[in-house]
Amino acid sequence: MSVDTAAETLKPPNAPGGRAYRPHGVLAYFNCFRGIVWREVLRFLHQRERFLSALVRPLVWLFIFAAGFRQVLGISIIPPYETYVLYETYVTPGLLGMVLLFNAMQSSLSMVYDRETGAMRTLLVSPFPRWFLLSSKLLGGVAVALLQVYTFLFIAYFWEIEPDWPALQIGVGQGEDFFGISIPPPFNGYITVLPAIVMSGLMLGALALFMSSVIRQLENFAGVMNFVIFPMFFASSALYPLWKIRESSPLLYEICWFNPFTHAVELIRFAFYGQLNVTAFLVVLGCLVFFLGAAIFAYNPSKGLIARRGGPRG
Amino acid sequence: MDASVKQMSQSLNALTVRGVSHRFGNLPALDDVSLTVPAGGFTVLLGLNGAGKSTLFALITRLYDNTSGTISILGQDVRRQPSAALQRLGVVFQARTLDADLSLLQNLTYHAALHGLGPGESKLRAIAALELVGLGERANEKVRHLSGGQARRVEIARCMLHRPGLLILDEPTVGLDIGSRESVISIVRELVTTHGIGVLWATHLIDEIEKTDRIVLLHEGKVLYAGTVPGLREHAGADSVSEAFRALTGTTQPELA
Repeated sequence: MSVDTAAETLKPPNAPGGRAYRPHGVLAYFNCFRGIVWREVLRFLHQRERFLSALVRPLVWLFIFAAGFRQVLGISIIPPYETYVLYETYVTPGLLGMVLLFNAMQSSLSMVYDRETGAMRTLLVSPFPRWFLLSSKLLGGVAVALLQVYTFLFIAYFWEIEPDWPALQIGVGQGEDFFGISIPPPFNGYITVLPAIVMSGLMLGALALFMSSVIRQLENFAGVMNFVIFPMFFASSALYPLWKIRESSPLLYEICWFNPFTHAVELIRFAFYGQLNVTAFLVVLGCLVFFLGAAIFAYNPSKGLIARRGGPRG
Repeated sequence: MDASVKQMSQSLNALTVRGVSHRFGNLPALDDVSLTVPAGGFTVLLGLNGAGKSTLFALITRLYDNTSGTISILGQDVRRQPSAALQRLGVVFQARTLDADLSLLQNLTYHAALHGLGPGESKLRAIAALELVGLGERANEKVRHLSGGQARRVEIARCMLHRPGLLILDEPTVGLDIGSRESVISIVRELVTTHGIGVLWATHLIDEIEKTDRIVLLHEGKVLYAGTVPGLREHAGADSVSEAFRALTGTTQPELA
């Protein structure tokens, strides 16, 4: 097709030469999904400062905080670790969780901002179903988070923070008779952690999406940091194991245990070593379903909170 | 009238709003609003700020549902067939909605994707649409480098990509200088003639109205008049549109730029 014939296709059906409207097929859904994800990634890559701060933040924690804490905090052997581990190793899954948490909240903030400037409305006038649009947007956010996570893991690798369990074997047979693909460390852990990252990222993104529909105005990021990010991050197993918290405060232990972020971190921690933490998996899955359902409900045009509150200005 | 004839006469209108009321809590925003936008016609929605224009736009774009009355776009009910209705609708919002850091082309192909178009076709349509608004040569520039009027023209090009039969614009000339305003208006009027699009143009600026336009006067959530421009003057017994506006609303006239 040339640009000239494309100009013809811009004509609606009632204009001479205009083609009739047709309902959207599966391919159209895929095009829409790819378009939304691609926009998120493009926008992120254009915001160099955001990329840099998303990277520097966990690295500062790793190199400075964790190095300082190494002597203070002894970690006993708890699953999934099979030996004593350095504090840097313990805290890495928590920092991956932090990357996801910040990314989710930042995209939530940008959604509130989008809603006020109208970019969210541009998304919502797309003819595709709203649950599909919102889910695609969430996956776009997760795609951006994956860029950050793997860049962080790449740098952390040079500080000897890496999965160190035996090769992941996909195939039949054992030992000398093994036939199939064998993935050596550290790549085995980088692969097995992927589904955990995606699931946790989706869960936190859905929470943020729900927040974006409920909170009318997020004046700035500082408010979100104080009231959402810091409490979720510190009251979790990201920085210290839960048994350690229990020793000092049983109440705080309970709070940490009911914090979905704890389970996101544990899911990532176990997956990094090729293991599945079933409790964490179920909690993260349950929270994902709940938050996503709540967000879709909130953005539903007839039931939603937007309609009740009068919606965005402009 | 049998069903098929009724269907046909309905599909002649790009937009039909019938008996729509809406309230936020106890605040009525729209009260029994009815209006039509014929296909291939330019209809001005005239009203002061707070008249209910944005609420009406939110209902037409299905940001939230209308609880009473019906809204249909080319015969497709917005509530019952939202996908088909939104497929036929192009919107220019009052707020700027382009990504400043992305190029014109990237902005447009994103929008084409939101309507399910593949990358190849999106790009061709985007270039064709940019040529429609006279910005074909700047496709690869960032939106950040455009003037306000140019950005508006890109937004018009953007909503042409999925070839809507109805184009609604919410105060599209706010904040533009006179030259940009005229170019935006003339581009949209051109689209009405060449593409047969029905346009609903919300404004509070009377000098944007032409004699041949249809006019819908919205005030405090009520339609006070809907019809032709000469009809409005006659209806109000006034010599000009601004006098008619004053007489019907009992307020000071809208801005005369």
